[in-house]
Amino acid sequence: MKPPPPTVNAMSITEHVSTGDRLALSGGSDLAVRAEALVKTFGDQRAVDGIDLAVRPGEIFGVLGPNGAGKTTTLRMLATLLKIDAGRAEIFGVDVAGNPHVIRQLVGVTGQYASVDENLTARENLWLFARLQGIASARARRISAELLGRFGLEEAANKPIAQFSGGMRRRLDLAASLISKPPLIFLDEPTTGLDPRTRGQMWETIRGLVADGCTVLLTTQYLDEADQLADRIAVIDHGRKVAEGTPDQLKTAVGDSTLQLLLADPGEVPAAVEVVRRVLGCEPVLSPEQGRLNVALDQADLAADVLIALRTAGVAITSVSVAKPSLDEVFLALTGQETGGDDETGGDDETEAKENR
Amino acid sequence: MSTTIAPARETVRAADRVAAARRHVSMGETLSQTLTMAWRALKKMRRNPEQFFDVALQPLLFTAMFAYIFGGAIAGDVESYLPLMIPGILAQTVLTTCMATGTQLREDMEKGVFDRFKSLPIARIAPLAGPMVADLLRYAIAATLTFGMGLLMGYRPGGGAAGVLAAILLAIFTGWSLAWVFTWVGTIARSAQAVQGISMMILFPLTFLSNAFVPVETLPNWLASFVQINPVSHLVTAARDLANSGLVSGAAVWTLVACLVVIAIFAPLSVRSYKRHM
Repeated sequence: MKPPPPTVNAMSITEHVSTGDRLALSGGSDLAVRAEALVKTFGDQRAVDGIDLAVRPGEIFGVLGPNGAGKTTTLRMLATLLKIDAGRAEIFGVDVAGNPHVIRQLVGVTGQYASVDENLTARENLWLFARLQGIASARARRISAELLGRFGLEEAANKPIAQFSGGMRRRLDLAASLISKPPLIFLDEPTTGLDPRTRGQMWETIRGLVADGCTVLLTTQYLDEADQLADRIAVIDHGRKVAEGTPDQLKTAVGDSTLQLLLADPGEVPAAVEVVRRVLGCEPVLSPEQGRLNVALDQADLAADVLIALRTAGVAITSVSVAKPSLDEVFLALTGQETGGDDETGGDDETEAKENR
Repeated sequence: MSTTIAPARETVRAADRVAAARRHVSMGETLSQTLTMAWRALKKMRRNPEQFFDVALQPLLFTAMFAYIFGGAIAGDVESYLPLMIPGILAQTVLTTCMATGTQLREDMEKGVFDRFKSLPIARIAPLAGPMVADLLRYAIAATLTFGMGLLMGYRPGGGAAGVLAAILLAIFTGWSLAWVFTWVGTIARSAQAVQGISMMILFPLTFLSNAFVPVETLPNWLASFVQINPVSHLVTAARDLANSGLVSGAAVWTLVACLVVIAIFAPLSVRSYKRHM
């Protein structure tokens, strides 16, 4: 009755290496995830339009992008939840489209919306998922108890999920993905909608996974999250990869922090732009809001130089703040265009919703 | 940033996992996963007992209503209508129950947990078949209540306990088979409401254009010929023969054949459409 082991990969790996393509250069031969020119079309919309990814074993790889950029769709294709329309993906050398059942044994998926059963308790949820993966009942109970302890859910273990907070659900969801100790874990926006404290806890947990030897592929809309967690980041917009690199490389492109200025008189914007150019030698970013401009800073204390120069030039300011660069600014710096912005957000959300069906 | 080379043990582990991974789900695994899914469905039923209301109320209400309203007109009096009607109500009840299978599956599929089911290395049929196994309980309750109500009203089945039990089992099996049709509807329709609508359209002609409540001889010819090929009529006839005279008639065989055909067509269709949904 025992089926033969999957036909894997030594072949395909050598093939890739010998052709010397881009991916082989970036990662070596045994990548955790290798995606080439992935495409997904919904109707006449190309949600994912030719994305390449190379995730190395043991790293946290971040996919960064705004709503509707195609992050979730990419992840769902890699997790066998969506059909790959064109292109090719391998996980630990196993072809995703050809061996979905094998892929599902290698990947733990934690979705954007908690994928646990509302009708069951936390303990029952974990037991159910363990049993489904062929773990004997007694061992399934032991694993569930262990995971509940590890994720701080012991006290709530026998409560219905309906009473769980957002953070608890996410933790349970992640715990459910770890039952079979998969070597690769996909996290789709693991902290969206969480409060800062819970967010920090989630980050700790994710770092712990890698310490245990897992590889993590996560999506996020937050630059700081990608910065905190990821060893490498791919920035995605409109279904395409616009940049890839370490957080340091990306930040160098944008500056360490951003000086946000609101001028008292929008008419003085050109004068302010001139001052910034003179002091920092770089171009400020004009915000759609009247009289607001953002200046990328290599060091936060350069803000003082700009402010002094503005006062000397007689440009009045209504408000000033120094903040971490936002995703918008990263996009602007990387692509030279807005992310799609607020006017498209409605449509983008619809796309996300469709992806999640 | 520092992690450029993976720890050696991890590389080995991933490779081991790839080597140990199984390519297909075996029959034994499929069965065990289906039963685990059935456990989930039973838990759900126990925590939402209101979904038993229709299962419990319908046989009670319809048996009483139909007996007193149609009894005199069709059979002369209530008591002589019961042997004709109870198997009809039985068929109608299991059909309504299996219609709920599709609606509930659709509701279930819209929830996040189905995403996890899809991402797990389990047989694709398990999330569909599991709830159907649990539904056997609902068919059993509905069928037992129908006969129970009949007995209360003075129905004395000539086929005895064995005949009644056989009729119930046949009805349960038919309900389970037909549930695959509604499961399929559940996987193709856009929403739970749509499932409900489509299922009603299938259900009503099947139940009422049958011999469930009236003798076929009273119908116009064109209708009678439809009624005679309607599988529900076969179920009703078979259940009558079993319950009233303890007789396994040709209708029982036809019912079983029809059930198997339905399963053979709609189980693969359901799984295919469920797979495509992802």
